[in-house]
Amino acid sequence: MSVLVDEDTRVVVQGITGGEGKFHTEQMLEYGTNVVAGAVPGRGGQEVAGVPVFDTVQGAAREADANAAVVFVPPAFAGDACFEALDADGIDLVVAITEGIPTQDMARVYRKLQETDTHLVGPNCPGVITPGVAKLGILPGNIFSSGNVGLVSRSGTLTYQVVDNLTNRGIGQSTAIGIGGDPIIGTDFIGALEQFEADPDTHAVVMCGEIGGEDEEEAARYIGEHMDTPVAGFIAGRTAPPGKRMGHAGAIVSGSGTGTAQSKITALEDNGVPVGDTPEEVADHVEDLL
Amino acid sequence: MRLHEYQAKQVFADAGIPTPASQLAETVDEAVDAAEEIGYPVAIKAQVHVGGRGKAGGIKLVESKEEAREAAEDIIGMDLKGYHVSKVLVEEAVDFVNELYVGVTMDRNEGRPVAMVSTKGGVNIEEVAEEDPDAIAREHIDPAFGMHPFQARKVVYEAGVDREVANDVASVLTTLYQLWDDRDGADTEINPLMITADDEVIAADAVMNIDGDALFRQPEIAEMGEEAAEGDELEQKADEYGFDYVRLDGNVGIIGNGAGLVMTTLDLVDYYGGEPANFLDVGGGAKADRIANALDMVFSDDNVDSVVFNIFGGITRGDEVANGINQALEQFDEIPKPVTVRLAGTNAEEGMEILNEDLVTVEHTLEDAVQRAVEYAKEVEA
Repeated sequence: MSVLVDEDTRVVVQGITGGEGKFHTEQMLEYGTNVVAGAVPGRGGQEVAGVPVFDTVQGAAREADANAAVVFVPPAFAGDACFEALDADGIDLVVAITEGIPTQDMARVYRKLQETDTHLVGPNCPGVITPGVAKLGILPGNIFSSGNVGLVSRSGTLTYQVVDNLTNRGIGQSTAIGIGGDPIIGTDFIGALEQFEADPDTHAVVMCGEIGGEDEEEAARYIGEHMDTPVAGFIAGRTAPPGKRMGHAGAIVSGSGTGTAQSKITALEDNGVPVGDTPEEVADHVEDLL
Repeated sequence: MRLHEYQAKQVFADAGIPTPASQLAETVDEAVDAAEEIGYPVAIKAQVHVGGRGKAGGIKLVESKEEAREAAEDIIGMDLKGYHVSKVLVEEAVDFVNELYVGVTMDRNEGRPVAMVSTKGGVNIEEVAEEDPDAIAREHIDPAFGMHPFQARKVVYEAGVDREVANDVASVLTTLYQLWDDRDGADTEINPLMITADDEVIAADAVMNIDGDALFRQPEIAEMGEEAAEGDELEQKADEYGFDYVRLDGNVGIIGNGAGLVMTTLDLVDYYGGEPANFLDVGGGAKADRIANALDMVFSDDNVDSVVFNIFGGITRGDEVANGINQALEQFDEIPKPVTVRLAGTNAEEGMEILNEDLVTVEHTLEDAVQRAVEYAKEVEA
């Protein structure tokens, strides 16, 4: 078992004719992902990597039975692409990879999201992978292994680092979800944790957070109140000075001191979540929890 | 991206928000002429992105031509908390009876904008938020509708603004929201919004931060941003190269890919007893040239005694990284600062074979690489 992505996931790639879209479609296919369609306005009837292209996401859902969309559309048009996917009948998961979408566009997408049951992961994220089954996004499949640990993270390469530490010890993963580093995202930590809590084959969860916002603090309270599945944590940005943005649009400690690494670590520890000082220590904690 | 006060005021004034009479000056003579024209008293204000400008001596109130000259001489060219002052705004000093705070920002926890009004204007609003959160009235805006007129009135009355000026303040807030919405604002703020004895409402300061990701559709603002750009030489160089870069105080230079992983590398340097000199994210899919540029940047920081590369390849390829490192190092007769490299992920094995171990130290885990780089930095220091 797994969350969000399984054998029945049928993917439509938005922006499949672009460089990134095409390359990662090939990579997804190679990993075994069931990519059934592409969607690019004006390109209906063409094929990319053997996959039929439709003009609209709705067309891809209707004609090719796609039920999940992956967005590789450039930032200026990606907000609209997310809207289109959220609006399409039959699509229940949207994974937005695009980095650099204007925040106000995402605020409107977020508003739309409240009206649907569809899950949105991202934007500015590496995607979702259920090892051995399918990946939606740009995660390097070869470092993952199939198993019982769920992983949720705001950062792509940090996810890879932690997964590597787990895989090297023979600890496999049920599903890994990169929720993205933007200020406004679809699925947040709590959304991902809810999924893992409901999955009988996820026996422990790793949550990798970073400075900025209050998502980690809220997630910590959720874990304390609602989760039986044990969670281990990691927080990046302990040494980040206030007022400086550390790469991600969301990763900033504001002048008033909210969103610091310490407040997140304390919140997690207060709710029974062991927090590693290093990625290797996170793997130690996971081993103890299993 | 943050505009200077004089730029933000121009945008506000163009939209119909009342602002004091003012002129921009780049020389002492220009400042004095401006003061004479506006009429005393005037404020002379340094145009730099520094909080607490007044306390640091960057704002002076003057009553005469002599005082204006003296103040302009002091401020133009001064170093204000590390920023060189090259422009001042000479501005009519407003005689006020009350100072308000009015702002619109994105509430990331709610995923929608929030309008804020407080009668405790004129002071650092983040301090107010911390010490007396109830002193700030807040109204969340549904981005699908925009701000309803009643919402502007509601937040103004909830804040306890006097009835005599409430309509005018609500009108300023409505315009401010419109600007935030039209110009892809991140934060737009007026602090203080001054109320005069005649119940006039005047924006005495102006903050406008624009979403950097939206500049492609805000050409006017983007142009102003080029004028507003500041930061030290290295930060400007990073902008040219297109790196996410933050300079810090330590001596271990850090280069990596992906914000979370680079932050983690910084944290580990600290954890193992070293001090990070910078945050440098080369981004995804960096090719050899980009890697060489990153190394060049970190080498040119005099504070750096040792450099650690931490690359976990997803779309970034280890062989490209290794070629970039070799390319950057082979041009030196002697390596200026020891470089420790850790490669993992896509093509990491190929990369490690390509790396010239006469020039760099190769480590296989993140923890080992960081510890090695910290040791090197300590050796250089000693």
